[in-house]
Amino acid sequence: MNTTTPRPPAPPAAPRAAAVPPKNPGRAKAWATRAPLLPALIFLVVVTQLPFAATLVISLWDWNALYPDDRAFTGFGNYEAVLRDADLRQAVLTTAVLTATVVLVSLVLGLGLALLLDRRFRGRGLVRTMTITPFLLVPVAAALLWKHVLFNPEYGLFNGLLARFGDLFGFTAPQPDWISDMPLVAVEMALIWQWTPFMMLIILAGLQSRSSELMEAARLDGAGNWQIFTHLTLPHLRRYLELGGLLGSIYIVQHFDAVYTITAGGLDTANLPYVVYQEFYQAQDYGVASAAGVLVVIGSLLIATFALRVVSSLFREEGSRS
Amino acid sequence: MTTADLRSAKTGTARRTAGPRAAVPGAGRWKGAALTLTAWVAGLAFFLPVAWMVLTSLHSEPDAASNPPAFTAPLTLDNYRDFFGTSIWEGPWPPLINSATASLASTALVLLLALPAAYALTIRPVRGWRDVLFFFLSTKMLPVVAGLLPVYLFARNIGFLDHVWLLVLLYTSMNLPIAVWMLQSFLAEVPSSVIEAAQLDGARLPVVLGRVVAPIVLPGIAATALICFIFSWNELLFARVLTGIRAETAPVFLTSFITSQGLFIAQLSAASIAISLPVLAAGFAAQDKLVQGLSLGAVK
Repeated sequence: MNTTTPRPPAPPAAPRAAAVPPKNPGRAKAWATRAPLLPALIFLVVVTQLPFAATLVISLWDWNALYPDDRAFTGFGNYEAVLRDADLRQAVLTTAVLTATVVLVSLVLGLGLALLLDRRFRGRGLVRTMTITPFLLVPVAAALLWKHVLFNPEYGLFNGLLARFGDLFGFTAPQPDWISDMPLVAVEMALIWQWTPFMMLIILAGLQSRSSELMEAARLDGAGNWQIFTHLTLPHLRRYLELGGLLGSIYIVQHFDAVYTITAGGLDTANLPYVVYQEFYQAQDYGVASAAGVLVVIGSLLIATFALRVVSSLFREEGSRS
Repeated sequence: MTTADLRSAKTGTARRTAGPRAAVPGAGRWKGAALTLTAWVAGLAFFLPVAWMVLTSLHSEPDAASNPPAFTAPLTLDNYRDFFGTSIWEGPWPPLINSATASLASTALVLLLALPAAYALTIRPVRGWRDVLFFFLSTKMLPVVAGLLPVYLFARNIGFLDHVWLLVLLYTSMNLPIAVWMLQSFLAEVPSSVIEAAQLDGARLPVVLGRVVAPIVLPGIAATALICFIFSWNELLFARVLTGIRAETAPVFLTSFITSQGLFIAQLSAASIAISLPVLAAGFAAQDKLVQGLSLGAVK
C-alpha cells in the first residue's frame, strides 16, 4: 500500500542513444542490433495483423457457414447489410452511447476521487486500496455481481436498501426491476464502477506530477484554491484527462464481458463487439460478422489516432524534461 | 479484502480528526476534516458492492436472498466448500488449472519476447526505435474482435480449437505491446553512467546486464509480469469462442455457473470471489506500478 509521499515524475524514458555509439554501422552490425527485436515483431505481425487482413478479405464475401456452397464475392454488400439492418445500426449507436457515457462519467468521478486522494490524511492508503478494488475484480465476476447480487429486483442489495430506507421513514419504497427498466444504464453503471478507479489512478499520477514550487509561488501571490485549480491544475491535467479518456475509450469500445453477462445483448444493449460475436457464433454469418468487425476497427482507429498523438506528446515531454 | 478490513476502515473514519491536517487552526481544520470524511465515504461507497459480495458469499442461500438484506445472519464457509468440491478433477478445478496455465505460460512467453525487444529499444537502440515502439502500441489499438473469425477458422482447420495453448499464443500477442512499453520505460530508467562505468571496468555485456541492470529493473519486470497475468486471467471473449469443454477457462466457467432454478447468489458470490482472488493478489502486489502499466508507460 502506498501511503508515502507522492513520488516525483520518473526520469525521462528516452533511451541513451549516446551511451553506446554505434561504431562503424556495417550491415551485419545493424542486423545484430535489430536481432533481439525481431522475434517480438514477427510474432505480433503474424498473430495480430494477419488475422485482421483476413477479416478484411472475408468482409467482402457473402459467406454463411450454414450455406457453405453459396460463397460469393459481394464487394461492400456486407457493409451495406450492417448499416441497413436496424438492429445493427442500433448496435453502432449503442456502442457510441455506451462508450461516451462510461468514459465521461468515469473521468468526472475519477477526477473527484483523485482530488480527494491527493491530500494527505489518515488512512489514505486504505481508501486508495478500497477504491481500486472494483478494477481488480475479474470483469465477468463484476458483471455477475451487479446483475444478480445488486440489481436483482427481489433480493438485490439496491432494492433491499431502498426497502429498508422506506421502512425507516414510513413509506413504501419503489422496487424497480433495474435491468428490465433501464438496461443500458445498468450496463453503464457496472462499467463505470469498474473504470472509475482506472481514471482515478491516471489522474492521480497527473496531480502528483505537478510542480510544487509553481503551486507554492501561486499561493504566495495570493491565488485561492479555486484559482489554482482552474489556472494551474486543470491545464496541467489536460493531457492526463485526454490520455485516460482515450485509453478508456479504446478499452470500452471493444468491451464484451458486461454486455454478454448482464443483458446478453438484449433490450437494445448489444454493442458492436457483441454483434460480431453473435453474427459469427450464433448466426454463423461470417461475411457480416467480418464487416461489423471492420467497423469496430475503424471506430477504434479514429480514437487511436488521437490516443497515439497524446501518448506521443507525453512521451516526448517526459523525454525533454531531462 | 475481507470484512475485517472494512471494520478497520470504519474505525479509521472515527479517528479522522487526528490526521496531519489537524494542525491547521480554525476553518481550515473543519474543511480538512470534511474533505477527509468525503474521501472515506467515497472510498467506502466504491468498496460497498465488493464488501456486500464477500458478506453474501459467507451467508446461507436463504439469508443471502432475503429482503430486506440480512446484515447480521450467521456466517458460514459452506459456499466455498461447495464451490471447490472434493475432487480436483471436477467442478472449478479444470477451468482454474486452464486459466493458470494460459496466464502463466503466456506471461512467460511475453517476457521472453519482450525483454530482448525492450533491450533493443533502450540499451542498444536500433535506428528508428521510436517508430518501432509506436508500432507495438498501435497493434494494441486494434480490437480483438477484428481478428477473431480468422483465428477461429484457422484453428478449426488445423485442429487447434479447444486447446489451452491456442489461448497462450493469443494472450501473448494481446499483452506483448504492453510489456514492451512497460519494460522499455523501466530499462530507460537505468542511468547510462552505471552501464558505462561497469563497461569501463572491463565487464562484458552479459555480466553488465546480469549484475548491474537486472537488479535495478527487476521490480519493473515483476510488475509487468503481474499486469500481463491479470489481463490473461480476465480474458473472456477468446476463451468463450475458442474453447469448449477441455480448455474452458475460469471466467467462462463462471458465466456458465448459474442455473436458473433455485437460489444461487451466495454460491455465485463465493465463486466470483474465488476466481477473482489471483487477480486481486496480483493487482495489490503491483499497485504502485499499476498505472504505468495500464497507461502503457505514458504515465509514471
